[in-house]
Amino acid sequence: MPSYSTNELRSGLKVMIDGEPCNIVDTEFVKPGKGQAFVRVKYRVLTTGRVNERTLKSGEGLEAADVHETDMQYLYDDGSSWHFMEPSSYEQYEASAEAVGDAAQWLREQDVCTVTLYNNVPLSVTPPKFVTLEITQTDPGVRGDTSSGGTKPATLETGAVVKVPLFIQQGEVIKVDTRIGEYVSRAKD
Amino acid sequence: MTGTSAPSGGPVAGADPSAGAAGGGRAAGADWRPTAGLDVLRLRARLAARARAFFAARGVLEVETPLLAAAATPEPHLASLVVAGEPPRYLQTSPEFHMKRLLAAGIGPIYQLGRAFRGGEAGRRHNPEFTLLEWYRPGLDHHRLMDEVEELLRALLPERIGPAPAPRTAYGELFRRQLGVDPHRATAAELDRAIAAEGLSGPTFAPDDRDGRLQLLMALAVEPRLPGGLVFVHEFPASQASLARVQRTEEGAVAERFEAFVDRVELANGFHELGDADEQRRRFAADLAGRRAAGLPEPPLDERLLAALEAGLPDCAGVALGFDRLVMLAAGAETIDEVLAFPAERA
Repeated sequence: MPSYSTNELRSGLKVMIDGEPCNIVDTEFVKPGKGQAFVRVKYRVLTTGRVNERTLKSGEGLEAADVHETDMQYLYDDGSSWHFMEPSSYEQYEASAEAVGDAAQWLREQDVCTVTLYNNVPLSVTPPKFVTLEITQTDPGVRGDTSSGGTKPATLETGAVVKVPLFIQQGEVIKVDTRIGEYVSRAKD
Repeated sequence: MTGTSAPSGGPVAGADPSAGAAGGGRAAGADWRPTAGLDVLRLRARLAARARAFFAARGVLEVETPLLAAAATPEPHLASLVVAGEPPRYLQTSPEFHMKRLLAAGIGPIYQLGRAFRGGEAGRRHNPEFTLLEWYRPGLDHHRLMDEVEELLRALLPERIGPAPAPRTAYGELFRRQLGVDPHRATAAELDRAIAAEGLSGPTFAPDDRDGRLQLLMALAVEPRLPGGLVFVHEFPASQASLARVQRTEEGAVAERFEAFVDRVELANGFHELGDADEQRRRFAADLAGRRAAGLPEPPLDERLLAALEAGLPDCAGVALGFDRLVMLAAGAETIDEVLAFPAERA
């Protein structure tokens, strides 16, 4: 992999630090009027999510991490791993439950999501920002209470549980914001 | 003297002029606009006028010296920008060499409010092109010059600097108090332990590079712990004398050099100026050797400066103050771009 010099470091760049793939969050140039320049790098370790800081001398470099994001279709899970397909090459990738993480509760077979690959192995999976899913179970709402802003739990076809307004019924299809895990609206057909 | 506090500027939000260029046009969006508010530019002009009035009242003469010169500083940590031509010319990293030639010619106390250029310096407090307020006082040493820096800053930043005398702490005392190490005597291994204890490990230093280690500790461990308001740090390690005189003390050899910090921002660097031409030539040679070892370009030495020192520089002290950072402090700005009409990315 190529490496980046300190003056090329920017937030969003993927680099290797202590043998781990990392995403640069922020950089700061520090230089005394007389003396050596340094760069403070704030980064997130992609495998753990931990945020850390590292100081480099100006001119030192960081190796680029072989990390890239690509849209893939979710195929199925076999109980231990999750299978995705890159639609243009039909190449299939196997992701661990750890890599899929919380995205699991939003994924329906055939849906397209973003897979982050590190050395060509899925490192993390990001579901679409909005998904439309059917409600498989929710208690009937109390009629006449629709103005109260009250909510009730509803279980979706993927197993996720979200709060929905009282007027939403079992069997309906709703739109959910996966970033915050909240009901947005009824799905429009 | 030369400026320590080179200011400069930061990355800026906004359209990337290199992106989206279609049909020869530029997708500039709103990036024709100044990054500084117009009120800040007016404040900047008032501060410059007040600085000029301060020096006029004290009989210090305003001078102008060339930005383009045949020679450049050999200091390895300063990158002079080169202007192509036959012969090439160097944009000055500070007006120091030219101003010292005026001093040697007997001009008396002088100041300059002008531009300086340092390649590769860009960040929250750095812009490759910036403004220095630099002045020289024949007959004063660096302690008396600190008095005048304090008076100037009290006049320009009254809301940041109270009437009480600003604390002045020796570099060695500061390191011993904050980090428990003696910067004048500690070995590289002892400094590495202090660096590790501060969670600053990361940079790779040559085995004998004590100054690189000290600069890391100063910038990222000592400075962030300075009190607010104006603080002077003085008597730097002799190895960081730059163009200051070196004096023997009970601590060993120390440089007659100071820095001024306001609210933990490095604002000014001053020297009791070295007037010994032979010693100056030796330091230049050492800087050039450092450049050669690091694979850096070796610019021509300023023989006219050395000739002026041989003719005789009056005993004097000088200081360079980062004017953009002064404006940042007055305006409460977080980035240098907020006080520059057009930082490098929009110039």
